[in-house]
Amino acid sequence: MAFKDSKLITDPLADNNPITIQVLGICSALAITAELEASIVMSIAVLFVLGVGNVVISLMRNIIPSKIRIIVQLIVVASLVIIVDQVLKAFAYELSKTLSVFVGLIITNCIIMGRFEAFALANGPWRSFLDGIGNSLGYAVILIIVGFFRELLGSGTLLGFPVLGDPIEKTGVYAFGYENNGFMLLAPMALITVGIIIWVQRTKNPALIED
Amino acid sequence: MSKRTDSNLYTILFAIAMVLVVGTLLAFTASSLKGKIDENKRFEKQQNILYAMGVNNNDEKSIEFISTDIVEEEFNKYIKKQYVIEGTKATENPEAYLIDIKKEAALAKDPSYTRKLPLFIGEKDGEEFYIIPMRGKGLWDAVWGFIALDKDLVVKGVFFDHKGETPGLGANINQRFFMDDFTGEHIVDGTTFKGITISKSNADPKNDDKTDYEVDAIAGATITGDGVSAMIKKDLRMYMPYLQTLKN
Repeated sequence: MAFKDSKLITDPLADNNPITIQVLGICSALAITAELEASIVMSIAVLFVLGVGNVVISLMRNIIPSKIRIIVQLIVVASLVIIVDQVLKAFAYELSKTLSVFVGLIITNCIIMGRFEAFALANGPWRSFLDGIGNSLGYAVILIIVGFFRELLGSGTLLGFPVLGDPIEKTGVYAFGYENNGFMLLAPMALITVGIIIWVQRTKNPALIED
Repeated sequence: MSKRTDSNLYTILFAIAMVLVVGTLLAFTASSLKGKIDENKRFEKQQNILYAMGVNNNDEKSIEFISTDIVEEEFNKYIKKQYVIEGTKATENPEAYLIDIKKEAALAKDPSYTRKLPLFIGEKDGEEFYIIPMRGKGLWDAVWGFIALDKDLVVKGVFFDHKGETPGLGANINQRFFMDDFTGEHIVDGTTFKGITISKSNADPKNDDKTDYEVDAIAGATITGDGVSAMIKKDLRMYMPYLQTLKN
């Protein structure tokens, strides 16, 4: 992989992160990060849809009429999501039930439309594929960080396993008077968590601060 | 210079072609997977019914259903009879579990229609269970479940699930800590039907009091909890006349 191509994967992880820098996909990041598992599942689903969708749009880029390009992009993303959902229902039923709540959110995820519009319409399939993977991974990093803190501080669990003790029996840190912070499970705290990540990121790299 | 792809004719032809291709692709996917998906749904229903009556592979904390390879066999082993209740009469029907209670609820809006109510009678370790399907509304979409009662109309187990409740909040109705609270709860006071209320003001978080007709709510999931309470009361009430006769 050429240096320029490898940047397509590494840039979105930090300095061109879709959530913290491009400010795309914020809505789904707020909606589903109350649990770490949901964050991981959503990240995998977006990885697939954006990777394949970017390639499809890139292959069609020279024949899409510019007047209806947004509709074409929406159709591609919606069809991919429906196919994924049907295949999962047939062959991985348990997983499809976990995913069901996110399917609609994938269609409306701004990252997907944003990358189709900004990258796949102007680049070849291989580079578009790398861009899709890179941006999905950048999205995943933020989702997993937010999901980790929200589940840990909000429910005292990680991936459903109690890590801080039992809140009813008052064991572990609960024995010292700690209480789960229910506010962490609500959407406003997700926004604040994303805000803190943005703050930390820009403090560490002042070049990202806009004038 | 305008490109060829900018003309109106090209745009219209492209749109038509795209709709045809995508439509065919989706129709083909849906129809070729339908059989498999229906089978999965049937197995899931059987797993849920068995789960409610305590036939599952749970350990201390987990939720493990009977594996799909053997669920059909186990279902036939534990579910001794299936009835369809119509008005006051109950007829035996070995496929009662396939009745779609969502459709029945919709049809029942027509006053001339007699609603079909499926009831499953299970037997485990010599004890008999009455298992009742339920369906209601949560915050975002449907919630549903099964409740297993013994002959004294005490809850022996429940299973709840949902279509799209909020992860971390309402979605927790299908977790052990919530479902296990229902076990042992009473739903009738003598002959008066009480149901079970999911209560925020319940001063009994460990659920030691089994005759208060209340279980502890999930924090931050008020509307989902209210939906589940309403579902239990609405659907169980319909079975009460029949269950009372069985009890006596």
